[in-house]
Order: sequence, then C-alpha cells, then structure tokens
Amino acid sequence: MIRERTVNAAILALLVAVPAWAQWADEPFTITLATRVVIFAVAAVGLNIALGLGGLVSLGHAVYFGLGGYAMGVLASHAQNYSPLMEWPLQLDGTKSMPVIWLTAILSSALAAVAIGLLALRTTGVYFIMITLAFGQMAYFFAISWPAYGGEDGLSIYVRNSFPGLNTLIPIQFYGLCLAWLGVVLFLNARLARSSFGLVLTAARQVPQRVEAVGLDPTRAKLVALVISGAITGLAGALFADLNRFVSPTMLSWQMSGEIMVFVILGGVARLFGPVAGAGIFVLLEHLLGGISEYWQLFLGIILLLIVLSGRGGVVGMLSGRGATHE
Amino acid sequence: MSAILIVEQVLNGLQSGVMLFLMAAGLTLIFGVMGLINLAHGSLYMVGAFAAAAVAGATGSFVLALGAALVAAALAGGIVELVVIRRLYGRDHLDQVLATFALILIFSEGTRWLFGSFPLYLDIPDWLAGPVTLPGGIQYPLYRLALIVVGLVIAAGLGLLISRTRIGIQIRAGENDREMIAALGVDISRLYTLVFALGAGLAGLAGALVGAIQSVQVGMGEPVLISAFVVIVIGGIGSIKGALVGALMVGLTDTLGGIFLPELFKLFTDPAKATATGSAFASMAIYVLMAAVLVWRPTGLFGARA
Repeated sequence: MIRERTVNAAILALLVAVPAWAQWADEPFTITLATRVVIFAVAAVGLNIALGLGGLVSLGHAVYFGLGGYAMGVLASHAQNYSPLMEWPLQLDGTKSMPVIWLTAILSSALAAVAIGLLALRTTGVYFIMITLAFGQMAYFFAISWPAYGGEDGLSIYVRNSFPGLNTLIPIQFYGLCLAWLGVVLFLNARLARSSFGLVLTAARQVPQRVEAVGLDPTRAKLVALVISGAITGLAGALFADLNRFVSPTMLSWQMSGEIMVFVILGGVARLFGPVAGAGIFVLLEHLLGGISEYWQLFLGIILLLIVLSGRGGVVGMLSGRGATHE
Repeated sequence: MSAILIVEQVLNGLQSGVMLFLMAAGLTLIFGVMGLINLAHGSLYMVGAFAAAAVAGATGSFVLALGAALVAAALAGGIVELVVIRRLYGRDHLDQVLATFALILIFSEGTRWLFGSFPLYLDIPDWLAGPVTLPGGIQYPLYRLALIVVGLVIAAGLGLLISRTRIGIQIRAGENDREMIAALGVDISRLYTLVFALGAGLAGLAGALVGAIQSVQVGMGEPVLISAFVVIVIGGIGSIKGALVGALMVGLTDTLGGIFLPELFKLFTDPAKATATGSAFASMAIYVLMAAVLVWRPTGLFGARA
C-alpha cells in the first residue's frame, strides 16, 4: 500500500508539473491535452465509484457524460441566442455561468441515474451490463433525432463559459478549474471508500445476502453509489463540453461509455488513482499513436488486449504490486 | 394509412426481426454455453458483409458471396476464439467487456486498413431483384421476402440442431453443467470453439444478407449488436426460442414504431413537429419495450438463470 501511495503522489506531481512546464515553455496544446486527461479522469473517477466500490459494470456512463455536456450546451446556447429556456410557468433564461451549469449537469445526471438505477438494479451480472448499454443507446438515438438542439450535428458554443474571478479562455486557468474538480472528486472518493456507507457498499458487492441479513438494503446502497457516480460523470461531461465548446451525440455514444470504462480498467479498478492514470495513458496513446498512423486505434486495441490478457489490477496495480484489486 | 402499407410494414418488421435473430442466436448461445459476453459479435457481422462484397465483386456470384461470408466469419470467429476468447472464460465480465471492446477496435481499424473508409456495395442478384405480387395485390420486394424465408429456415434448422443432434445435446449439456460433460469425455474446448464459430458464421451470414440492402461499411455491426443485446435481454439469455421471439418483437416494434408514432403524434400537433417528435420517440421504442419486459420479468421472457 505504501508503494501505491508513492505512485499516486507521482501521478499528482505530473498533473501539476507538466502543465506548469507547458505554461513556461509556451505550449498551449500540451495544456489542452492535460485538460483532456483531467476531465476524462473526473468522468472515470465517477464510474470507478459504481464499478470499483459497487461492482456495478455500467456500460452506459456516456448517458451521464452526454447529459452533462448537453446541460452546458442547452444553457449556453440559449444564453448566446438571447432566447429564454422556457416561458411557462416561469421565465427561465440560459446562462453562461459555470457554477450554474455544473449544478444543472450534476442534478440532471443524478436524476437520470435514479431512473436508470431503479430499472437496471432489478437485474444483475450480464443483464445489468446490457441494460445500461441499452439506456445509453436510447439517449444517443434520442439526441440524434431530436432536432431542437442540433440533432446529429450537435451544438457549438462560441465563447467558453465564465467563472467568477477567472478568465476561462486562458488554457492554464481553465486547467486549474478542472484540476480542482479532480481533487474534489478524488477526496470524495477516498472519504466514501472509508465511510460506513463505503463498507456497506463493499459488502453489498461481495455478499449481498449477508448485508440483507444484518438489516441493510444492498440495492439501495448500489442505487446511491450509481447516483453519486452518475453525477460526477455528468459534471465531467459539462467540463468536457466547455473544453471543446461543442457538444454532440458522440458524447452519448456507446464508444464513449466503452472509453470511460477503458480509463478505469487501464489504470486499475477500485484504485483511487487508477482512473487518473488510465485517462492519462489513454490520451497519451491517442496522441502518440495518432501521430504515427491513421489506423492508431488498431494499435490501441492490441495494447488494450495485451493489458487485459496479461494480468489484473491495471497500470497502478502493476506499479504498486498486489493490493486492493477487484475480485 | 392503408391496409397495404400496414402489411408492407409488418413484413419489413419481420424481415429485420429474422436478421436480428441470426445475430442474437449466436450471442445467446455463446453466453449460454461459455458464459461470455461478446461485444465483438458485431465485428463478425461486418467481416461477413465485407467478405461477401469482396467475393461478389471478384466473381459476380451472389451465392458464392454468401458462402464466403459464412466461411470467413466462422473462420475469423474460430481464430479469435483460439487466440483470445478462450483466455477470457474464467475471467469476470469486466475483463470480457474490455477485451472484446479491444477486439472491436482491432477488427474495425483492420478492415478500414484493408478496404478503405468508403462503403462498398453488394448488389441484389437479378434472380431476386424486383417486386412480387402477394395475395391481395400487395407488391413487395422479392429479396426481402427471401430474407424472411431464409431467416425462418435457419431458425428451424438451428432449432433442430439444438434439439435433435448429438452436437445439440452437447451444447445443451454445456449450458447446464460444463464440468459434468467434460467428465463424460466430451472435448469441451473443441465444443467451445465450435459454438463460437457457429455463432460467428450466423452473424457473418446476416451481415452479407443485410449488406445487399444497406451499404457495407466499417462500424455497420455495432448498431445491430446493440439491438441484438436488446433481443436477448428480452428473450432471456441462453434461450434460442427467446432469441427468436425477442428478435421478432424488436424488429416489429422498431419498424412499426417508425411509421406509426409520427402518425400518432400528428393527431396532436402540426405535421412537421409530429414527424420529428414521433421519430425521436420511435428510435427509443425498442429500449422502452426492453425496460417494460424487465420490470415484468427481470430475466427475460424465456430466461432461466437468476
């Protein structure tokens, strides 16, 4: 466990040092790349709460990611067109304020997670995987065929949303915001894992019958985990949309769900910094292999396959030896 | 809305249903016998379609193209099973999802590498082109009618294979108790490869058959894969009968929903808005159907395992 702590510290140091160096060397693209890593890491930390703590293999986390993205897109597009969001029963305007957008993203994803969770948690195992996948597709096809917010083409936002006291158009300042959020969700994750709720959740993953026998409701614990997980991934979606100033149904696609899951497994399931390492390696591979070959996903696939087949515990697991792995 | 249109749409729904069944049958067998969730099943569908398009382009024979699709997909499935999949049987579903997700990337990009990004086209042969007149004076494309017949014949054949032959007995035994049938002297790993190749071949055949009415392109398999997942969740994982019933339900819901929901909404709002809203909801109809079935029966209509 000491070694895992060292690995975690090294990852954290990299997240601070690389953008600081890029700022000094005037390499804004590197900062954008690092922002991508941090935002994906937030999304993956979200999934890791459901997956690592709750044992819920959700292949539909793109729903929350995309919902967060659309929360940003819808609010900001109404603000930039000066058209009200709705007029009845009360007048609601769009907004370009990040805190409001974040709150909307978190709440709407949490609500979606409640609805999906209530249905999906009736099932277990492979049914759960397929149902979460199907809900993802449902949202995806809805976004494609619903013309009000860009349909298949998506929505472009011309200017990045604002945060009081900061100029979010400067890459390093936006990076700082995203890194702060990563810090918050990692702290939350660590506290959650050690709280009594975390213990119930771990028990519910391992032997739900025993949890029931002591008078607790394992399904409710899983539902709460899914809601927290979805809310965090939704927040990441809002940040991601703001990074690109663009949101489209691609954010809801099942490939997106697959990628978020890849971040978690690549780094190490149920390890605090696993999702961060996984997102970092994925973005780095995407960037490096993308520079070498047009068919970089072929090599990505081979590397992923080798990692899965070779062993377990992901990259953080490999570096820090056996510890808290999933069973 | 005329009766002829309704009959036509029901036939379209049946046609897409039986093609979905070819995909879902393999998926449900592979899960039932080996306990493996295979996201790469859609890639085998794509392999079949590409093999058919390539052979049809080279020889001009549609029958040879279908044979090539079946063989290429079964071969690809067999090789993948031997090299990758058999290492995943003992693993949890999470590892299976990730590994087969990686396989999708490899198959898709590999195909793009070989054939390029532009869609290929597979032509309907002359002897199946054109419409036929059904009883009641309904004109319907002969090829689509042939797809329904072929699909139902394969479904019947598969049913016989599972219920009447030695290999079928072994497959059913493998679903129930794999240690026991290994102890009785059945080469279980050969059986696994065989089941996987059989499922892959059916997927490849479906890809080639559908490829003649759509374009053949990279990524064509994934939407079908997800519909097939919906099918086997509705039907109950591991059940061939469930796969058939589920596939027909999904095919009909999808097709009829796309036609009738916009019409339904036209009763309430103006036509342009109704078409948009209706088709948005129609694209979600099969998932709503799935959710409804699961609320009623969490393990699907014919699913046995809890």
